Amino acid sequence: MNVQLFIPCFVDQLYPQTAFNMVKVLRKLGCEVSYNDNQTCCGQPAFNAGFQHEAKEVCSKFLKDFSGTDYIVAPSASCTGFVRNYYTKLFDNSSVHNDVKNLGNRLYEFSEFLVKVLGVEDVGATFSAKATYHDSCAGLRECKIKQEPRKLLKNVKGLELVEMNDVETCCGFGGTFAVKFEPISVAMADQKITNAVATEAEYIISTDLSCLMHIGGRSNFKGNKIKTIHLADVLASGW
Amino acid sequence: MSEHASSFIAKSTIKAADLDHRRKINFNIGKYNSVVPVGKQQFSDVNTARERAKNVKWRAIETLDQQLEEFEANLTKRGGKVIWAENTQQALDEIYQICVAKNCKTIVKSKSMVTEEIKLNEFLHEKNIESVETDLGEYIQQLDGETPYHIVTPAMHKSKEDVAKLFAEKLGTDPKLTPEELTLVARAKLREKYVQAEIGVTGANFIISDIGGIAITENEGNGRLSCGWPKTHIVIVGIEKVIPSMADLGLFWPLLATFGTGQKVTSYNTIVSGPRQEGETDGPEEMYVILLDNGRTNLLANPKTRESLYCIRCGACLNACPVYKNIGGHSYETTYSGPIGSVITPHLKEMNEWKHLSYASSLCGNCTEVCAVKINLHELLLENRYESVEEGDASWGERVAWKMWKQASLHRSMMNMGNKKMKNWMVNKVFKGWTTERADLDFSSKTFNELWKQNKAI
Repeated sequence: MNVQLFIPCFVDQLYPQTAFNMVKVLRKLGCEVSYNDNQTCCGQPAFNAGFQHEAKEVCSKFLKDFSGTDYIVAPSASCTGFVRNYYTKLFDNSSVHNDVKNLGNRLYEFSEFLVKVLGVEDVGATFSAKATYHDSCAGLRECKIKQEPRKLLKNVKGLELVEMNDVETCCGFGGTFAVKFEPISVAMADQKITNAVATEAEYIISTDLSCLMHIGGRSNFKGNKIKTIHLADVLASGW
Repeated sequence: MSEHASSFIAKSTIKAADLDHRRKINFNIGKYNSVVPVGKQQFSDVNTARERAKNVKWRAIETLDQQLEEFEANLTKRGGKVIWAENTQQALDEIYQICVAKNCKTIVKSKSMVTEEIKLNEFLHEKNIESVETDLGEYIQQLDGETPYHIVTPAMHKSKEDVAKLFAEKLGTDPKLTPEELTLVARAKLREKYVQAEIGVTGANFIISDIGGIAITENEGNGRLSCGWPKTHIVIVGIEKVIPSMADLGLFWPLLATFGTGQKVTSYNTIVSGPRQEGETDGPEEMYVILLDNGRTNLLANPKTRESLYCIRCGACLNACPVYKNIGGHSYETTYSGPIGSVITPHLKEMNEWKHLSYASSLCGNCTEVCAVKINLHELLLENRYESVEEGDASWGERVAWKMWKQASLHRSMMNMGNKKMKNWMVNKVFKGWTTERADLDFSSKTFNELWKQNKAI
C-alpha cells in the first residue's frame, strides 16, 4: 500500500525522530512510504489566529503537495482534523471542492490509519512501563478517535495502561492561546499533570505532540518525573 | 490591547491560580456533571432531540420578523402591551415611564440575564426604586453586591459556608445556619417584598408566537409569584427567544431542564399570555412585554454568526468549558460569560473591545459537543477571530508575523534555514511567552525534511 507522509511543520522542526518512528512502523506493516519534500504546513496556525487569507494560500499549496490518490498519514490529529474539517469551509463553493473532499477522505491520523485502514492492532512493540493515554481534543472531537490508540497500546508488551481522571479535558495548549493566555493555559496543564501523576504512570502518551510539548514543557519546568512520549515512539520500541 | 482585554488578563491570571476557587467550581460543576446523564435518559435519542431543537430555532430565527409580529398581535388581543426597544436606553426609559405611572417604590424581580444586560437594578437604584432579586442565587449575589457568576446558577462560586457568612454579615443571622435554614430566612424576607411591590419584573425563557405568550422556567416559584402577585407585570426579553409554537415546549422544556440542571423538567414552568382576563380571580392588571434588540440584529444580519441566536441559555457550554472553570464567570466582565458569551459579546458590543474573548479559548470544542441546540460554538470563535482581523483589529506586529509565516510556509527552503541554536534562541529567549512557566523548547539540529533527503542520498 502506498502511503504519503504528512509531517506537520512543528514535528518537522522539533520532533523529526517521532516522524521517523512512524515511518518505521508503517514500513514494518508493509507500506510503501513516500514523502513529498516540498511540503510545509497545513495552514492551521494562521487560520486559528484569524488570518484566513494567509492560511488559504498555504492551504492551496498543501492541496497541490498532496494531490494524487495515495493515502496520507500524519502523526497529528490536530493537523489531520484541520484539513478534514476546515478545508471544506475555506474552499466552499470553489473549483477545488472535489479535490478537498478527496483529500479529506485520504488523510488519516497515524493510529486510526493503523486500526481502521490496515486493520492492525498489534504492531509487535515492547515498551516496559506504566503509562496513561491523553486524549487530544482534536483526536477526540475533530477526528473522533477514542479507541484506536488504546487498542494499539493494549497490545504493546510490557506496557501497563491506566486511565486518568478527566481524560477528555483539554490540556490547555490551544496554539497561540498557550502564549497569549499563558496563566490559563498553564493552570490547565497543571490539572492534566496532577491527574496523570495520580495514576502513578511514568509516561503520558498521546497522538499529538502539540499537547505533549505543552504538558511536557510544564511538567519539566515544575520538576515532575512523569515523561511525555508520542504514540509512534512507543509503537516503534522494542523491535 | 483594549482596556477590557487588559482587565480580563489581570483577573483571569489571579483566578487561574486560585485553588480555593477551583475547588468550589469543580465541586459544583461535578454535581452538575453527575446529574446531566440521568436527565438525558428521558430522551430515547438525545442527539435527534438536539437536532430538532436546532431546526426549530433555525426556523424561528429565519422568520424572526414574522414570529415577533405574530406574537405581538396575539398578546395584544388579550390585553398585553408590547414595547419594542432597540437598545438599553430605550428599554430603561420605557420601564421608568411605567414605574412613574404606577407610582412604584418597590419591584420584585425574578432571575433574568437581560435585566443584567441593561443594568436594570443600578438604574432603578438611581431612581430611588427598590429592586429586589427573588431568585435565591440572585438574592445572594445582590446581598454581596456581585453580578451573577453564571447564567443559570448565579452564586455557583460560593460554598454553603460562604453563603452562611454572607447572611450573617448582611442580615445578622447565625453564621452556622444550614442551607435549609438560610433558604427560610430568604423566603421570609422575600414574602414581605411580594406584598409591597407594585411591579413584578421577569425575563422569559421563550417567546411563544402562536399563542402570544411567554414561558418562564424556574425551580423556586419566585418567577410565577413575581409575575402573578404585583398589579403590573413587566417582561423584558431578547428578541431571539422566540419559538414558533406552544407545541415546541414539549421539546424545549425538557431540553432546557436537562442541559441546564440535569432535571427532567424544572419544578415550575409557567406560560403567561396576558394580564388578568375578565372572570379570572388572580393575575396582574397589566402586562408589558419589552422586546429588546440591543445588538442582536447584528448577529442576525451576519449569516455566519446567526446561529448563536439559537441559544436557549442553558449554561451547558459554561460548565463544559475548561477556560470558564479556571477563570470563573466574573473575569469575563460581560453579562454572558463562557463560550456563548465569548461568541456573542463582540457583536452585541464592540468587536475591537471584546475580541480578546474569542482568542481566550484553547478551541477544545467541548462547548460545541455539549450545546443543547448544537451551535458550532468553537467555530464561531474562529469566525470572530477572522472578522476581527478583517476589521483591522490585529496589531501591526501580528500582521507582519503572519505575513512572514506565510512566506516561510510557501517556500520549503525557508523552513530549512537557520540552525538549532538560532531557532532555540528565538523561541526561548526572544518570545518569552512559552518559557516563563514551561521548560525551553529544543529544536532538532536538522529538520525531518533535511534528514529524509540525507537518508535518501546515502
